Amino acid sequence: MASVASTRPATGESFDLARPWRLSPEVSLRDETFGALAYHHGNRRLVFVKSTGLVEVLVRLGQYATADDALDELVAPAERARYARALATLAAGGLLGVG
Amino acid sequence: MSAESGLRDRLEGGLNAPICLTWELTYACNLACTHCLSSSGRRDPNELTTTEAKALIDELAAMRVFYVNVGGGEPMIRRDFFDIVEHAVERRVGVKFSTNGTRLDAAAARRLAAMDYLDVQVSIDGDDAATSDAVRGAGSYAAARRAMDHLAAAGFADFKVSVVVTRESVEQLDALESLARGYGAQLRLARLRPSGRGVAVWDALRPSAAQNRRLHAWLVERPHVLTGDSFFHLSALGTPLEGLNLCGAGRVVCLIDPVGDVYACPFVIHDRFRAGNVRGGGFGPVWRESALFSELRAPHAPGACASCDSYDPCRGGCLAAKFFTGLEASDPDPECVLGHGERKLATTRVELRPTPSIDHSRAPARVGSGPLR
Repeated sequence: MASVASTRPATGESFDLARPWRLSPEVSLRDETFGALAYHHGNRRLVFVKSTGLVEVLVRLGQYATADDALDELVAPAERARYARALATLAAGGLLGVG
Repeated sequence: MSAESGLRDRLEGGLNAPICLTWELTYACNLACTHCLSSSGRRDPNELTTTEAKALIDELAAMRVFYVNVGGGEPMIRRDFFDIVEHAVERRVGVKFSTNGTRLDAAAARRLAAMDYLDVQVSIDGDDAATSDAVRGAGSYAAARRAMDHLAAAGFADFKVSVVVTRESVEQLDALESLARGYGAQLRLARLRPSGRGVAVWDALRPSAAQNRRLHAWLVERPHVLTGDSFFHLSALGTPLEGLNLCGAGRVVCLIDPVGDVYACPFVIHDRFRAGNVRGGGFGPVWRESALFSELRAPHAPGACASCDSYDPCRGGCLAAKFFTGLEASDPDPECVLGHGERKLATTRVELRPTPSIDHSRAPARVGSGPLR
């Protein structure tokens, strides 16, 4: 659902859904037919966000106290694990920050 | 990563805006490299003004074009170079600019090092002056190394050493990688294309089939070496290389030239691949609506490559390389690793290859022989 088009190694930090994750202010998000393209201006990572549902989560993530809360409200229970993995991938690429 | 087929189909169908685009700021250049893609030398009197350049950046920012590859000509020759670049990064249009380094002194290096969202690529075409200067002109290698020294001294972390792979430089890849590493820089390799003045030297300078096979193996072992998706035709050898592995012309990339003409990619500055001009309606309508880009985004049949098992990884190769060697878009890449291109090339006539429809080369007597200015 989110693939990182970059050769830079991901950071090894584990992803904790109970923290207040937000889209990094250094990230530009652009809508495309398949979802969106995300680009981190700092680390130059380009990410294909291949689901409009995930785009909505990314845009609204900052409105919730934790990523858990965001997924509770925005994502069907059956989809939850998939979205959590996608967020973890994005966080490893530096596209999400805690703030 | 390599784009999986569903996503690749979407990318080949075009995006709302380019992922990145190349913007040649000027046709003026103090060098006269034999393989120059844009046949640069003399400034064009009709080049975009500072005001027009800034308006274009504002539009790119509004379209969320993430970054521009700034080149030329030699972009630092423009007096408003820093003005333009600073305007771009302030609007979060990242800049990756290519320079021959001749104008990159200590003060310029410090100014560049102080900017966010900026990458610098300094070009050499070999690990020693003899190899590089044979392509880029006398004194050019020493000038580029001085620029690299200035960048390193200014604390510019992670600049790029940019090298066009020729049959000479391909034998120096390990040394070039060491050279870059010595600065804390990254090596970036680009494919030699028969575009611009390159059409005249392509036959003599392009790597042999055996060299291309070694290059592929070398790149597979070194995913940290940047290639700008330049060598996706080599992915037919087996392991796909890093990148999207598709022809992005008019789909995910394009070129804006110094006078505002929009071409499908940096390697096809020719009337056949001119989509429009940014003067008047701006860049957006050209990107979204031009007849040329619609044609490039329409589904393509594999053509002569239909029966090839390796079509999926290489997608028929580079449009520009085919065009300027007299092949059809549906033909194999002239450097097809399975030899299909060589066989097809043998049936074409060199004298019938398309020549550049615009040429800003300086007078022939001075090309390659003038002193650095």
